[in-house]
Amino acid sequence: MARRKIREHDAKKIIADAIPELGFKSVLITPETNVETLPERFHWLLQEKLTIKPDQLFGKRKKHGLVLIDAAFQGVKDFLQQYRNKEFTINDTEDILTHFIIEPFVPHHKEYYLAITSERDHDTIHFSETGGIDIEENWDNVKTIQIPTFTNIDEVKLEFLDNSEIENKEKITSFIKELYKAFRDLDFTYLEINPFTFDNDGKIVLLDTVARIDDCASFKGQWDLEFPREFGKRQYQEELHIEELDRKSGASLKLTILNPDGKIWNILGGGGASIIYLDMITNLGHGKEIANYGESSGNPSMEESYEYARSILELMTKNNGKVLFIVGGIANFTDVRSTFKGTIKALEEYADQLKDVTIFVRRGGPHHEEGLRLMKGTGEKLGIRMYVHGPETSMPEIITIAGGSL
Amino acid sequence: MMEPYQLFGKHSQTFFYNLKGKPIQHMLDFDHLSKREKPSVAAIIHPGKSGYHKVFFGNREILLPIYSSIKEAAEKHPNVDSIINFASFRSAYQSSKEALQQPTIKTVVIVAEGIPERQTKELIAIAKQQQKTIIGPSTVGGIVAGKFRIGHAGGMNENILRARLYRSGSIGLVSRSGGMMNEFFNIISRAADGIHEGIAIGGDAFPGSTLLDHMLRYEANPEIKIIVALGEIGGSMEYEIIEAKKAGKLTKPIVMWVSGTCASIFPWEVQFGHAGAKAESGKETAQAKNAALKEAGIVVPESFEQFEAVIGETFKKHVPTRQPMENPLQIPERKNTHFTSTISDDRGEELTYNGIPISKLITDNSSLGKIIGLLWFKKDLPAEFVHFLDLSLVLCADHGPAVATAHNAMVTARAGKDVISSLIAGLTTIGSRHGGAIDDACRYFLEATGSLKPAEFVEQMKRQGKYIPGIGHRVKSKKNPDKRVELLKQFAKENISSTRYLDYALAVEEETLKKAENLILNVDGCIAAIFLDLLESCGQFNREEIAQITQIGYMNGLFAVGRSVGIIGHILDQRRLDEGLYRHPTDDILYHQ
Repeated sequence: MARRKIREHDAKKIIADAIPELGFKSVLITPETNVETLPERFHWLLQEKLTIKPDQLFGKRKKHGLVLIDAAFQGVKDFLQQYRNKEFTINDTEDILTHFIIEPFVPHHKEYYLAITSERDHDTIHFSETGGIDIEENWDNVKTIQIPTFTNIDEVKLEFLDNSEIENKEKITSFIKELYKAFRDLDFTYLEINPFTFDNDGKIVLLDTVARIDDCASFKGQWDLEFPREFGKRQYQEELHIEELDRKSGASLKLTILNPDGKIWNILGGGGASIIYLDMITNLGHGKEIANYGESSGNPSMEESYEYARSILELMTKNNGKVLFIVGGIANFTDVRSTFKGTIKALEEYADQLKDVTIFVRRGGPHHEEGLRLMKGTGEKLGIRMYVHGPETSMPEIITIAGGSL
Repeated sequence: MMEPYQLFGKHSQTFFYNLKGKPIQHMLDFDHLSKREKPSVAAIIHPGKSGYHKVFFGNREILLPIYSSIKEAAEKHPNVDSIINFASFRSAYQSSKEALQQPTIKTVVIVAEGIPERQTKELIAIAKQQQKTIIGPSTVGGIVAGKFRIGHAGGMNENILRARLYRSGSIGLVSRSGGMMNEFFNIISRAADGIHEGIAIGGDAFPGSTLLDHMLRYEANPEIKIIVALGEIGGSMEYEIIEAKKAGKLTKPIVMWVSGTCASIFPWEVQFGHAGAKAESGKETAQAKNAALKEAGIVVPESFEQFEAVIGETFKKHVPTRQPMENPLQIPERKNTHFTSTISDDRGEELTYNGIPISKLITDNSSLGKIIGLLWFKKDLPAEFVHFLDLSLVLCADHGPAVATAHNAMVTARAGKDVISSLIAGLTTIGSRHGGAIDDACRYFLEATGSLKPAEFVEQMKRQGKYIPGIGHRVKSKKNPDKRVELLKQFAKENISSTRYLDYALAVEEETLKKAENLILNVDGCIAAIFLDLLESCGQFNREEIAQITQIGYMNGLFAVGRSVGIIGHILDQRRLDEGLYRHPTDDILYHQ
């Protein structure tokens, strides 16, 4: 994977761990949380005014009426009563509200915008004194500074602050620099705090945070995070299973269900080729029928190929898929024979449920002659409608051949 | 000499980091098909390993040296200007950084997928500062047709032949994806005259070198007539190409397509297989990028399906003469050898010891020590080292009839056995208790010197309940010193520039003498310490080699060679005297039932 969105609660926790003077008062409600007993662990829930909002990766919560502020704990409970485990629609996407974040309510008058983005040769810090929900309307006020890789941030002059009349200049400067260090050292790839403000004690408070983190850095063990699914995206057991396989494997194994009701299912080989196949299917006007994206590459083992194919066949047969593409480019080093053996084992297992399915195969690479021959033999033996092609058939040609069946 | 637009050429050689037999053999097979004179891999780097790796170059086997560090390999092979890094995603950052720091290494290929973005950004910054090139991470690499292959790029030999990668065409190809690069090797061999060079930059968000970096090289390369590029949804690299085109930096015909047009119909932003393949803004979509490229005057097909046809048309329009196809060579039948020998060669007109003809050794009056240098150490050792070996042989040759080697051999000889059987009987007693103390002493002194104070070392050995090898004698003591040790010490002081191991051994002796009179540095310990001093001060061995020499038993060997002289003497003596079978007197055995 790569850049992953994380929950607001988790982002704030990582930041607070890195910058202890910020403090951390935040509670995440998950489906398992017993709300009644929460105040036993978090006394401040009964002592302070609170805010609550969903924490499921989508933004513009205020505009959707999903932010409750200045409430007592009872108010929070009523809010949860109203929304927890309820369906909600955000921009045509429907899903259940399951996760919420509760924090102390901070009365304030000033809202600052701060974001850090990561580019190839530098990071960029974006700052504005006029943050908040209208940031886009006030975009002209956003000042930026680029921080080239290997810059010592402590030696950087934040000119947009130095030249302004802004209050709390020193505190803001130091906060930005500390936050930048956390961003850099903890493998964030995107961080937006809109807004942050000062509480009555003059302490910085992060009111709203959006963050993406580079999950490739997981092996460093500096954070232990759950990467939640997008709002509206159903999570399938099979996807989790493939994610787990991918984590353990030196090969690359990905699976995303796009439309389980779609009739076109895909076992795709190669990170680049997998995209192009879906492009071509879409180009023929069948994009809405594409049930899944996925790819396997980097020479997965026979066992991994079997697990991968089985996951897709399970979903496909359950959802009445009609067409299966087992296609890819011409591999550099993925062994077609051994990966196909894994796929064949899965096909054999699901043979009875594949009678109404048409399978199109196109693949090249190490030992493809033998792999294709085994695949063809399997189709004949199991009585599956299967069209098997090698690298002499181009990628567009196999889609043309399949065109009539789509 | 390579041009600035070339990263790899027909004569350039590379290092291969992380010993992997298959891709190395693939590279050498490609070398053969491309009629290269020298293998494209000069050496292998594998932490913790040394020695050689066997590979086929054409139909014969050759040995590629293995080094345990990049620095060492770079020092030994100053002409090698690139490295192919097959380290895992966990360690690729460290090794790539080390490679970039070698002044002689100009190009670093990083294969690992899943390196954190932050680490890649740092590598990019280092490469930029040092004006070096990174290909990858997360890439299969690329091919310069007929000249150089990186790792797995281009797949099996059949594919190399089918796509005619063993000879040069006119197209410069650059792609994000490695699999699609290989697909395009085939497409371009059908639609045009094949590739001149193809590079996959890798699927990460921040590739070490960009599509544009390679397109600019292709622009500068007069043998490349057309540039074909395959971009991908996500990131904004394609806009740099447009800027360069507008600025007149790219004038050759470019055919290009950005994949990922399907993403627009999906219900949410899909993270495709490549880490960089996800649109984070409208500008990063495939549609926007294709439209902008077309707008800038780049040939963009209507869809991917048209790509091959458009390459064909562009090729016909701009390239009047096709590069010849050339008939390919075949990979010859070949058979693995079962043994490797690296010390002597009897196949030529004259026998050689480590490359030196035997006649020269005789004319030069070479001593046995010199021959041991050639056949054991594979070095022409300096005079003082040779002298030491000779001296050690003399000192070890005999120690009277009562010691285990001589006694065993004498008993065997008196049983009527022949010289060889009796010699073997004598030699078989050499081990950690007899003679073999030199090897053990070497190992302990090597480890302890510089890391433990002599007193600490003695204390530690005592705690572990171990004798210190090379310390102690049954008969000799401080007051009755061993003359041999005196001679050796004198030799060392007169001939070796640094004697830190001997000094350490003597300091250990000082500690042990506090405990008992006879805990002196004995002849084994003295030979061991001087041996280490010579290995280090002669400058012909690195740390790993010294460690290996002490591990695999050189000194036991030296003792055995010297002592064989004495053993044979005792055997011949017994055979001359012919006293009959020896039976040990029963009154010298304590029977206990």
